[in-house]
Amino acid sequence: MDLDIASLTIGKIRHALDTRAASATELAGEALRFAQAENPKTGAYLHFSPERALAAARRVDEKIARGEDPGELAGVPVAVKDVIVTKGLRTTCGSKMLADYVPPYDATAIERIERAGALILGKTNCDEFAMGSSTENSAFGPVRNPRAPDRVPGGSSGGSAAAVAQGTAVVALGSDTGGSIRQPASFCGVVGVTPTYGRVSRYGLTAFASSLDHIGPFARSVRDAAALLGTMAGRDPRDATSAAAPVPDYTSQLNRKVEGLKLGLPPEYLKELKGESGDVFFQGVEVLKKLGCEVREVAMPHTDYAIATYYIIATAEASSNLARYDGVRYTFRSQHSSTLAEMYRATRGEGFGAECKRRIMLGTYVLSAGYYDAYYLKAQKVRALVARDFAQAFNQVDAIVAPVSPFPAFRLGEKIDDPLAMYLSDIFTITGSLAGVPCMSVPCGTTAEGLPVGLQILTRHFDETTMFRIADAFENA
Amino acid sequence: MSTSAPALATPEMIARYEPVIGLEVHAQLATATKIFCGCPTSFGAPPNSNVCPVCLGLPGALPVLNRVAVDLAVKAGLALNCTIRVRSRFARKNYFYPDLPKGYQISQYDEPFAEHGWVDIVVAGEPRRIGVTRVHMEDDAGKSIHEGFRDSDLYSYVDLNRSGTPLIEIVSEPDMRSSQEAYAYMTEVKQVLEFLEVSSCDMEKGHLRCDANVSVRLKGAEKLGTKAEVKNLNSFRFMKEALDYEIARQVALIESGGRVEQETRLYDPDLGETVGMRSKESAHDYRYFPEPDLMPLAIDEDRLGELRASLPELPSRLRARFVAEYGLREYDAEVLTQSRATSAYFETAARISGDPKTTANWVMGDLMGALKADGKEIGQSPVGAGHLGELVKLIGAGALSGKLAKQIFPKMYATGDAPAAIVEREGLAQISDTGALEKVIDDVLAANPKQVEQYRGGKTTVINFLVGQVMKQTRGQANVGVVTELLKTKLG
Ligand SMILES: [Zn+2]
Repeated sequence: MDLDIASLTIGKIRHALDTRAASATELAGEALRFAQAENPKTGAYLHFSPERALAAARRVDEKIARGEDPGELAGVPVAVKDVIVTKGLRTTCGSKMLADYVPPYDATAIERIERAGALILGKTNCDEFAMGSSTENSAFGPVRNPRAPDRVPGGSSGGSAAAVAQGTAVVALGSDTGGSIRQPASFCGVVGVTPTYGRVSRYGLTAFASSLDHIGPFARSVRDAAALLGTMAGRDPRDATSAAAPVPDYTSQLNRKVEGLKLGLPPEYLKELKGESGDVFFQGVEVLKKLGCEVREVAMPHTDYAIATYYIIATAEASSNLARYDGVRYTFRSQHSSTLAEMYRATRGEGFGAECKRRIMLGTYVLSAGYYDAYYLKAQKVRALVARDFAQAFNQVDAIVAPVSPFPAFRLGEKIDDPLAMYLSDIFTITGSLAGVPCMSVPCGTTAEGLPVGLQILTRHFDETTMFRIADAFENA
Repeated sequence: MSTSAPALATPEMIARYEPVIGLEVHAQLATATKIFCGCPTSFGAPPNSNVCPVCLGLPGALPVLNRVAVDLAVKAGLALNCTIRVRSRFARKNYFYPDLPKGYQISQYDEPFAEHGWVDIVVAGEPRRIGVTRVHMEDDAGKSIHEGFRDSDLYSYVDLNRSGTPLIEIVSEPDMRSSQEAYAYMTEVKQVLEFLEVSSCDMEKGHLRCDANVSVRLKGAEKLGTKAEVKNLNSFRFMKEALDYEIARQVALIESGGRVEQETRLYDPDLGETVGMRSKESAHDYRYFPEPDLMPLAIDEDRLGELRASLPELPSRLRARFVAEYGLREYDAEVLTQSRATSAYFETAARISGDPKTTANWVMGDLMGALKADGKEIGQSPVGAGHLGELVKLIGAGALSGKLAKQIFPKMYATGDAPAAIVEREGLAQISDTGALEKVIDDVLAANPKQVEQYRGGKTTVINFLVGQVMKQTRGQANVGVVTELLKTKLG
């Protein structure tokens, strides 16, 4: 096999399979060998699933041998964030609580990508229950940024972003609640997509904040990200919040001119954007202008309230979603207890990390009798206003462009003791999450130190097509 | 707070007070599958076998609402005279319990699907209208088993087969003023749910459960007393006993200068008492918030119209009709509308017999007696409604005496055969043939000259003795009316 594993794309793999240059089984073997050898440099993967990947590869080879279509992701090595459940394959959510948990079922997204021929190489590290912006909140140690090993890969989907950046996976699945795909994509210099809320089934995605959680793809190109999303998207009867909207063929809409498209630039974001990240971002905006896009300012007046709103809604839902980890059934159970109440307390006290506990407490507080109206209810109202900001902006423009993060990848340990500073790093990604619109990070450039900076593109609900089209043109410019 | 039971109030004390009672009735909806997943709701499966990721509350699993459960719930709401919300919402009710696998129940809170209904009851001849505040849907928890295992002193076991079973909770206004009213309300609600086939209401299987809010106040007082919530009223008898106990307890407390505490109490049927739970256990802040995994529940006008049209005739209407149409007594109408199966049985039998009143007596008497002795429901009756109707018809036509019919009925019950077939087989047809009877009568008169003398002397009641003798000779097969007429003629 004469392929550079670290720079494979979905297209290259398909070509190799079609021309019999490699079999899926050979690809799986090479990809696993490479990933297992390289992984110690970053710690992107928590564990590998060689049997599963090889079995999937054999199915692809059999289909090819029978002359059948092996699927859009045939032979494509995929890394999966460890909050997405995989049947028979440990799913820890980066938590001691689920250190030994082996789910009895597959998430819908997993079923769909495997049906399309994907090879799941293993599960990637992340912040515990997807709570964090650096992947330092994992119970299983941090992940190093492949571009700068003393720095974080971002989070919470840091392992998936790092694996794709490092070349130990061609594409990866992450999850995004307030920026957990876009921010690590930006930090690691890869493409990361948060589709419209409801576009990809959440069935099998371990819930952090149900009304904000998304599954989305990481890739080294817009085209691959679009292809991966295409296989996962669409109505799932097992998720009542999944949308019936038809899924267009995203990749067929790429390579189109973007001349004349109207792009909005919210001044509310720019005032927060300083330093090198700002410079790189504005260079990106210039590129879009050169491509013929018409860039204008659009007001997003409720942006300032987004972080407070997000941390109320997300923690409220999290406090409820994480109640099931109680020591009764499949979770870790503390041995330091003799009564039920003690078992709950000790199990949750020892099983959850600091950030989870912080958010559970915050969320419990905002839902408490007497505080519900002042916090949760008010936050829902503000959320509606943020969504209205977007609706009004999209009356004027086809897409919004924005920075992804106020700063590039920071050093390991730099912000871990300052949760508020960590929360503020989500400032540009949270509004899109609250509105449920599709948004993505596409590599924009690097700082003088060589740290990647992403550009965020946001479009109307279910208009991933326009988002991909702009990102693709930008990537190829 | 496990103090010994306080002295209860005397009836004279209680008489000065007015109890105020509201009930929360939980009914299991009669769906084949659970409310948010496809697992069966069947009873008695091996522990933790009717389960899936959703009802186990596994990470990543999501609820999907069962449409049949919604239909049944809406029917119940309509039958309880509620307004049905076009858009209602599910909410999470958060609390920790080992048999609650998600750590929350999916219920409805500020936007229940049905509100502002009522139930009419009659107690001691007095009609009363009891308000129904709301009806909402929710999922049931599993079951904790604290006994029966080798290590039950150390551990409790959890069976999640029941987890995710669909329930409706019917919350009444605090409109009831006695345990009798509560009993009548509960009876009516149960009947309505059974008639609708919305719930089997099998209390032994926990398909119908009830909690009560009880307070007392001096008669004539405006202000409501402090209420206690009494849980675990899992049979009609327990409910009445618990309410009577709780009323007497509260009155005694107040009469002795004490204060009723707002608390949750459990009824202990063995003690016949309500027992306070530790306040920690009852002081829940459920932290309700809208369930983000489910879309708001929309019930459009078309669907509502269809469901309304599908409602059967409800017990109260049926009772009125039985009185008006068949001339039944109120009490009989009530007995015959106990369940949809009973009323349907009666109506079928009455139609065939052409004699509703006699049919009613047979259904309430011999049939119900036999079923009760046998531990069977009317739906399992070996005597079909058609056969009972035929039996009554044979009596009306004079082909059977009442006495013969009473002999035939147990045979019908034992064999399931039609009455005509039994009559035929056993040669039990009534003798109405005067020719055949005259010979027997002549023999009887000849054998009893003393009684003949007495009759002719004016003591006409003696004819009953002579009729009896004829019946004896004919083994009960003679038609009493015909025998009497013939005797009168001969003695004339
Ligand atoms: Zn289930």
